[in-house]
Amino acid sequence: MNTGRPVMSDARTDKTLSVTDEEIIARAQEVDETTLEDLDTEPLYINVGPTHPATHGTFRIFCKINGETIERAAVEVGYLHRGFEKIVETKQYTQVIPYTDRLNYCSSLVNNVGFCKAVERMLGVQITPRTEIIRVIVCEIQRIMDHMICVGANLVDIGALTNFWYFFNAREQLNNLLEALTGARLTYTYVRVGGLAWDLPEGFEDRVKAVLSEVPKAIADVSGLVRRNRIFVDRCRDIGVMSAEDAVSYGFTGPCLRASGVDFDLRKKRPYYHYDEFDFDVPLGEHGDCYDRIFVRVEEMKQSLRIVEQALKILPGGPINIDDKDIMLPPKEDVHNSMEALINHFKLIIEGIQPPAGEIYDAIEAPNGELGFYIVSDGSQHPYRIKCRPPCFYTMNALKKMIQGGMMADIVAILGGLNIIAGELDR
Amino acid sequence: MTHNEKQKLEELLTAVEQRVPGAIEGSERPYDDLVILVKRAQCHEVLKFFREQGFDLLSDIAGVDLLGVEHKDRFQLVYILYSIANDLRLRVKVNVPEDDMNVPSVSDIWHSANWAEREAYDMFGFHFEGHPNLSRILCHSEFEGHALRKDYPIMKGQWATTSTDLMSHLEEE
Repeated sequence: MNTGRPVMSDARTDKTLSVTDEEIIARAQEVDETTLEDLDTEPLYINVGPTHPATHGTFRIFCKINGETIERAAVEVGYLHRGFEKIVETKQYTQVIPYTDRLNYCSSLVNNVGFCKAVERMLGVQITPRTEIIRVIVCEIQRIMDHMICVGANLVDIGALTNFWYFFNAREQLNNLLEALTGARLTYTYVRVGGLAWDLPEGFEDRVKAVLSEVPKAIADVSGLVRRNRIFVDRCRDIGVMSAEDAVSYGFTGPCLRASGVDFDLRKKRPYYHYDEFDFDVPLGEHGDCYDRIFVRVEEMKQSLRIVEQALKILPGGPINIDDKDIMLPPKEDVHNSMEALINHFKLIIEGIQPPAGEIYDAIEAPNGELGFYIVSDGSQHPYRIKCRPPCFYTMNALKKMIQGGMMADIVAILGGLNIIAGELDR
Repeated sequence: MTHNEKQKLEELLTAVEQRVPGAIEGSERPYDDLVILVKRAQCHEVLKFFREQGFDLLSDIAGVDLLGVEHKDRFQLVYILYSIANDLRLRVKVNVPEDDMNVPSVSDIWHSANWAEREAYDMFGFHFEGHPNLSRILCHSEFEGHALRKDYPIMKGQWATTSTDLMSHLEEE
């Protein structure tokens, strides 16, 4: 065997080394039997986030890794905590609506609807049939848009960029549609307690039909590219698996829970706004892995299209706002032309909506799952306490369990499929 | 709520009174929802019973600070439960006095209670006994006081300077 140091000054240049065949074989066997455990390795601690392009929000995942395997992980949230629940205690009920926009900012209209529905139930008011159907239409459009972001961004994270543009072409059209309706592109603040900010613009129904006819093509393009794509399937199948039992225990709701095969959709279980009269299916997954979470969302987009189509057919005429001077502001032209309406306007702005003292928990099916508001009123114009139940706070709780034992690269695949929105996660 | 659901909830209320005698302080029915007031000492037992009765989804835990409101105790904890199999919603309320904020943790019954209880601890200072990792979650670990208490000034800011060492969180199950 080789002994001595060939480049040291006392090394002899005329000396040749000889290695026997036996020695080579013995050495090779020794290497063969060496495994990773025999190497003197140390665990490596690594941070993913708080600012990481693939987390789509600010949170930190602290990992103890061995090679590329995550042995232990810890998830830290709160980087986007704005004190939503503290701020709203000083606001009037109407003033809370813009704050709800900033919860899940991918589908702000749904948050508006969720909050206003809870307050309306407290006040005991029944909104007009036209408003109910308009709320269904905008909520389902928002669901499609939210799922487009989630699926599109998830696919980008695992290396399929094209799909993102297919979805965003269609999403841009939907965004223009809602811009025509609300004047905003992200934070709409369109819903009011007791009604809506204003009625649909002229020709809106036809525009919706035209734009929605584009969506199936985008869905077909994306599904066609990835559904049986070898790379995609390898990245997503059996990755981040949640059993049905665990998913429920962790408080999963919405598409993430349905991907685990649990049939729970508040639109079916606790129908509001006549959802029980619409003909639509609740897509369910089987494995509860990343693949199912993506395709449950894709199927839900198709179902939302069906709901909008039916809603447009039955959209009734009539007023959009309820006739209650203690809740709705009078029409602007009346305020400018009559003393009574002007006084009404001033009084309502100063005194605000005052629900009776009591407490309520009301939830709707947001794109991400059960969005609930627990509201305590002391009878004054300010909410005594509002607790928002954001769906992805509980989904995020399970991330630790889902990534431990997996590979580093799976973090982004899992995270994308859960659709964690930091705005509602941290409030 | 349908008549059938109401009946099922009332039956549950009777059942829990028999199963855990003396634990129920009362019940309220605001806006057709059933709210059961439970004594703090027995709340774990009662919540475990509801879990066995099919309330498999703990939707949320909400803390409420009743400072200045005429009420027996300053704080309240509200457990919002849902039974997926039976389509029932139920709230369980526990009164918590200011001088002793210990509450048994239910994180052994529902996994979702883990973060929900951490949030209630962070925002109000409830101390959940038996929680695997009772630490702040939305506010920084250096934050002093509890932000959602009514006596925490809304404009009061705090400087937090060091990043949190998550080593102790790694080993948590």
